[in-house]
Amino acid sequence: MSSETKQILTTDGIPLEISLKKAERKNKIKAFLLVAPLLLFLIITYIFPIGEMFTRSIDDKMITNMLPKTFKSMETWDGKELPSEEVFASFLSDFKILVDKKEHGKLAQRLNKEKNGFNTITKKLFRQVKRNKIDETQSIKEQIMKVHKRWRNVEYWQAIKRTAPPYTSAKYLKAMDMYLNEDNKITQVSEDRRIHRILWLRTVEVAFFVTVFCFLMGYPIAHLLATLPMKYSNLLMICVLLPFWTSLLVRTASWMILLQQQGVVNDFFVMIGLVADDNRPEMMYNKVGTYVAMTQILLPFMVLPLYSVMKTISPSLMRAGKSLGGTPFVAFWKVYFPLTIPGIGAGCLLVFILAIGYYITPALVGGASGTLISNQIAYHMKTTLDWSFASAMGLMLLGGVLVIYWLYNKLVGVDNIKLG
Amino acid sequence: MSKNTEFVKFDKVDKSYDGKVLVVKDLNLNISEGEFITMLGPSGSGKTTCLMMLAGFETPTNGEIYLDSNPISNIPPHKRGIGMVFQNYALFPHMTVYENLAFPLRVRKVQKDEIDKKVDKALSMVSLSGFESRMPAQLSGGQQQRVAVARALVFDPAVVLMDEPLGALDKNLRESMQYEIKHIHENIGVTVVYVTHDQGEALTMSNRIAVFNDGKVQQLSSPDKLYEEPVNSFVAEFIGENNTFGGEVTDISKDVCKVKLQNGEILANPVSVNSKGDKTTVSIRPERALINPKDKMDNNQTGKIEEVIYHGDHTRVRLDLLGNKEFILKVPNSSNELDIKLGNEIKVGWNSQDARALDPK
Repeated sequence: MSSETKQILTTDGIPLEISLKKAERKNKIKAFLLVAPLLLFLIITYIFPIGEMFTRSIDDKMITNMLPKTFKSMETWDGKELPSEEVFASFLSDFKILVDKKEHGKLAQRLNKEKNGFNTITKKLFRQVKRNKIDETQSIKEQIMKVHKRWRNVEYWQAIKRTAPPYTSAKYLKAMDMYLNEDNKITQVSEDRRIHRILWLRTVEVAFFVTVFCFLMGYPIAHLLATLPMKYSNLLMICVLLPFWTSLLVRTASWMILLQQQGVVNDFFVMIGLVADDNRPEMMYNKVGTYVAMTQILLPFMVLPLYSVMKTISPSLMRAGKSLGGTPFVAFWKVYFPLTIPGIGAGCLLVFILAIGYYITPALVGGASGTLISNQIAYHMKTTLDWSFASAMGLMLLGGVLVIYWLYNKLVGVDNIKLG
Repeated sequence: MSKNTEFVKFDKVDKSYDGKVLVVKDLNLNISEGEFITMLGPSGSGKTTCLMMLAGFETPTNGEIYLDSNPISNIPPHKRGIGMVFQNYALFPHMTVYENLAFPLRVRKVQKDEIDKKVDKALSMVSLSGFESRMPAQLSGGQQQRVAVARALVFDPAVVLMDEPLGALDKNLRESMQYEIKHIHENIGVTVVYVTHDQGEALTMSNRIAVFNDGKVQQLSSPDKLYEEPVNSFVAEFIGENNTFGGEVTDISKDVCKVKLQNGEILANPVSVNSKGDKTTVSIRPERALINPKDKMDNNQTGKIEEVIYHGDHTRVRLDLLGNKEFILKVPNSSNELDIKLGNEIKVGWNSQDARALDPK
């Protein structure tokens, strides 16, 4: 059909489309060059690190590279009974190379993570290999099996086979307090070791309530800001922004001064007789402290989008609602409130996403019962140096945020977000 | 059934926002039932404040407003039952046209089928039937305006207030909307209080016009009276075009007075001068002064043409006459035998009846 329609030509006889493209090309290149630095910056600082994090979190290539022949010969093994002579032979040859490179310790460590008891038997095997006690002209299988009784146990060979794939979901399962058992089934860890799930739930809970508190406190402030005369609203705006301009650490530290047991708030409670001097409530190093400090710190992120939306709502709409017979409440609920939803959405999303990954404040005022998943991530980054586990948890956090974003889009629509 | 001539009554109403300046001073105004009254005045003259006090969004600092003999100062806006059309329409942007119109009925707990009927009727009144499911943003300015009017009328209020409702429309639309609102008013007989600063709008639409200036009603009368017989120089200046001469009364009788100007003397109608020696501003409508008058007139002067502007149906001629370089004449397009050329001297005449000697500026 399109071929039948007559092509429109410019005055010079060039097809219009081509001419238009030529004319626009320069502008397109210009526009691209303008955004190119940002694009590059984003790729280097955002997309690339996230990709790196992802590969790190599922990477299990180390052992794959250590035992290449073993895994190759294991491909035909059904895993039910002890493997064949061939598997034992390739394992020994892989192991000898590792001994030469002095990497057998790493192997022992990695295998021990998969199944307890590998450390001992690997060391025993190492001693035998070192003393050249293994005669390669005879059955290697028999000789290895004599090194330690566990080498005769099929479960240990199954454990080796499980480490074969270059990628693993173990870190993700660990973050959910689960692991793959001997039968390749996802199993929960024993009850007393389930710490991550509590942290995840607490993180979501804290983020949710901080968002709710921010909304409850921010909505009236934003409304006041939007309706007060310029003179007062500017002052109020400065009050809202002042904490914004103060260092996060300073603000958190000041909350510590206020909330500690011998702190200002407690002193005040004692003074007015609300609590006894020897029975001061703990408001810090628990969830209360986290809630209070995070709500205060994240409040501007709620107020600002709400304010920018409320600013655009004409005061005559409320008046119209009232003059048409709506009580002030009806006019607010049916007219004003629905118009602020874009601001509410933007504010809540912003606060929730920031709160879910919050780190410094819970670390300082959270104590044991107020730390969040971000503190756990930091712990593995800095203390245990298990970066792949930290990466896995970080990515799960990112995934969670994306899910929330998707949900929000389904419920409210992203087009409805108004940030300014 | 005699109509209540004090349906809406402003009784000695004062209004001040800051305790220093009175925005409305001693306002006394009676509006009869079914009347279309316009509050006309320059911005800052207090007209919108009066409207807001009537709607209940502002409280009078002193005095009382009565609606159908009931004082309403202490009644909140939503209980007054007064419809209002706002300057920027104030349609609820998140509701469809139907929902906008149903809003006042829903808050009054009207039955669903009754709502449907009333909304239908109101929409057909403004000839917007079939637009129920549109959002306000999908309508043109004129259509939004009509929805706003329909919404203010749909719950059968006793009084409808309109606050410069046509201000945002272009000229042609504004004119056709003027007639439309006028016809709606005539058809349903609701009392309308209309605020505008556009005198043309006020003249076409109203039964009576209250001209506001400086917080006071300067004149309250029908449009023709307002135009033909302004009672003071502010009204004369504000309504329509106007040629003025400042001078002093040298002689006065019952219906004519002599006014001495800087260079010359004219006869005028003594409206607000009482005795010899009074300072006065004489006001003459441009169309009342004729070029080369055929009938005998008691004022005859000669002026020099300073400017000629072609306006299609008429030509505006600016003269230098009796020391007034801004003397305007309107020459109808039919009188093409006249020799109107820049620099020519022409004879101009008018009746002393049409030259109103008002208060000095």
